[in-house]
Amino acid sequence: MTATTHDHAAHADEPYGLKRWFVTTNHKDIGSMYLLWSLAMFLVGGAMALVIRAELFQPGLQLVDPYFFNQMTTMHALVMIFGAVMPAFTGLANWMIPLMVGAPDMALPRMNNWSFWLLPFGFAILLSTLFMPGGGPAGGWTMYPPLMLQTGMAFPFVIFAIHVLGISSIMGSINVVATVLNMRAPGMTLMKMPLFVWTWLITAYLMIAVMPVLAGAVTMLLTDQYFGTSFFSAAGGGDPVLYQHIFWFFGHPEVYILILPAFGIISTIIPTFARKPLFGYSSMVYATASIAFLSFIVWAHHMFTVGMPLAGQLFFMYSTMLIAVPTGVKVFNWVATMWRGAMTFETPMLFALAFVFLFTIGGFSGLMLAIAPADFQYHDTYFVVAHFHYVLVTGAVFAILAAAYYWMPKWTGHMYNERLAQWHFWLSTVFVNVLFFPQHFLGLAGMPRRIPDYSVQFADWNMISSIGGFGFGFAQLIFVYLLYKCIRGGQEAEARAWEGAEGLEWEVPSPAPHHTFETPPVVR
Amino acid sequence: MHTVAVRTLLSLGLLGLGLVVSPAMADYSLINMTQGVTESSRQIYGLHMTIFMITVVIGVLVFGAMFYSIFRHRKSRGVKPAKFHHSTAVEIVWTVIPFVILVAMAVPATKVLVDLDDTSRAEMTVKVTGYQWFWGYEYIDEDVQFLSRLDTDSDRARQLDSGIQPASVDNYLQNVDKRLVLPINTRIRFQITGADVIHSWWMPDLGWKKDAIPGFVNETWTNIDEPGVYRGRCAELCGRDHGFMPIVVEAVEKDAFQAWLAERQGGVVEDSANTATIDDESQVSDAVAAR
Repeated sequence: MTATTHDHAAHADEPYGLKRWFVTTNHKDIGSMYLLWSLAMFLVGGAMALVIRAELFQPGLQLVDPYFFNQMTTMHALVMIFGAVMPAFTGLANWMIPLMVGAPDMALPRMNNWSFWLLPFGFAILLSTLFMPGGGPAGGWTMYPPLMLQTGMAFPFVIFAIHVLGISSIMGSINVVATVLNMRAPGMTLMKMPLFVWTWLITAYLMIAVMPVLAGAVTMLLTDQYFGTSFFSAAGGGDPVLYQHIFWFFGHPEVYILILPAFGIISTIIPTFARKPLFGYSSMVYATASIAFLSFIVWAHHMFTVGMPLAGQLFFMYSTMLIAVPTGVKVFNWVATMWRGAMTFETPMLFALAFVFLFTIGGFSGLMLAIAPADFQYHDTYFVVAHFHYVLVTGAVFAILAAAYYWMPKWTGHMYNERLAQWHFWLSTVFVNVLFFPQHFLGLAGMPRRIPDYSVQFADWNMISSIGGFGFGFAQLIFVYLLYKCIRGGQEAEARAWEGAEGLEWEVPSPAPHHTFETPPVVR
Repeated sequence: MHTVAVRTLLSLGLLGLGLVVSPAMADYSLINMTQGVTESSRQIYGLHMTIFMITVVIGVLVFGAMFYSIFRHRKSRGVKPAKFHHSTAVEIVWTVIPFVILVAMAVPATKVLVDLDDTSRAEMTVKVTGYQWFWGYEYIDEDVQFLSRLDTDSDRARQLDSGIQPASVDNYLQNVDKRLVLPINTRIRFQITGADVIHSWWMPDLGWKKDAIPGFVNETWTNIDEPGVYRGRCAELCGRDHGFMPIVVEAVEKDAFQAWLAERQGGVVEDSANTATIDDESQVSDAVAAR
């Protein structure tokens, strides 16, 4: 059989309609599903955040019961982390890694299908808990015992949902590792890989290392609740703080899982629009690897107030401060990449520049939080809320939006509407700061996190923050509309959609055909 | 496209800035950490301001370079992009300098941490117990103990759709029925624990919070300089009414404290923890609402 007839036969057999999406093993189809799923969850999690911001608009309880408020803070975090940000990165990996390394598909396409399709089931379970007797989980996304053990019927369902989502993440990661290590085009050595591929490779290892740890921690919660163990109960010889150590051993690498691929995206976009190669490629790779290594030895900085021995507090303070060094190298390298370039400011670049500026602000507050004695004041306040939203929203989410604008021409074959996109960017950037910057003040002035109501001195900043929240939330609808328009039509995109874009993904036509690189390209 | 960007930036930026800045001018304590009323809290405030200023200086330098580049090195000005892509010397410099700054910062932070960790030489000990959702205080060896709950005015106003304006309530959500009375200029050890779930006893004016963990006792200490009434809160999510278990410390002169203690010791029956049955109004409402 010749290659042509084989191709023809393969296409004739391909399912269409709904079935196509259920059974697809194509990395582009799966990538698209991941990305659309992530957008849907971003809106669901955002709606939960708006419930929170609406209740906090003024002092006094006007809208929801405190217990429901706690369900909203808990679910908002779980949905955003496991439903929006992680699947968005996995979607980008699916779409772009085979194109970037010159592979025909992901290494394990059937597993790829399954790792996506676990998500809707996992989230069906998780979101359904909101309608169960006793409501959904309300102990925070960190699920600390003993409080978490007070959850009603939702308890085992939440844990099962986390297991399902964890399996999905692990399989997605195994696929990335297998693809990157085995399927690179001839000539593409590790140190020639695009940085997005590098950061994802390292992220995948982090996920494979820590998702089982989370699964273990929540399983121990389950056995404590139903099978008479007392891992986390002092009355039975256990220790509630043990849970926190296990959880954060997962949780700290997890925050780098949520940001390392973003570093890769920014390292791709800035050189494109500065028309100048990335400054310090190899130091970027080493910095990413150092951050990943350090992420395993800093976990207890989330727990400075639990009463650790002095030596422990000192160790975790020093190791945490050290992370500022490789992270600083990254920021300096980005600025040096811009330096004496010839920049233009299309929307992907705008989001990338906002990322550098605002993520760095989140990094600064992170450095402040590392100082253990000061953390005795900052811990569990809105200062922390402001910090991690700067790194997660103006960090991870802005990078994902930058990536979406950057590669949308390659995905859809159309240029998006630049005018609408700039509205989306400016409204998002202004409102996100109105939303989160005042939260630094609230935390320093003494407002704890995770409270549904507050004393009146916090009223002004909360009202401003809520205005920012609604502004930011509704600005995202522009993106939904813009994406819809871009899929439906628009100016035809060239193969190399951006003047300065480098990399194999720009060698194939736009939109990328269903099958690409069936014959591997040769990288010199 | 440029005009859209500029117009949007200007109008929304100014609106946002106006909203953000105007109330900020009113009161410094609404935007920054309190200096507190102990030596430790002032040291913590000092660390906070030092590290903050370091980040501001680094921020000015890095963002300055970035914005200079954004304005100067743009294609619309007809520049040709340079070709350089690494410089070992520069990269070593900007690895080493942050490292040195961090070491310089770690030294004072270590000093404060070591000092805070030393709970010896205490002149008295107070045991703090976190409950869902109130605090218990016990003056060790003094036979004085009591529970401290959200005051009834706040409790009425905080019910869903109570119709009571929070601003009309004295110290809404930061007032209690019984204050923790402490002497000034006394080294006081705290032993902090939880009865049901994890809570966290946070008094910003003392400079710290400490988790109240069931089955374990955490120790820390303070030494208050100034008489006054200080207000704090539970800082660790502890369930439905986490936001409604404030802390009030009343710091008084030593002899006033002794007098207060003697009075309490006379009337222990009324205030002891044995009376912690569900007869208090706030607890009844909690129990009903939580089902």
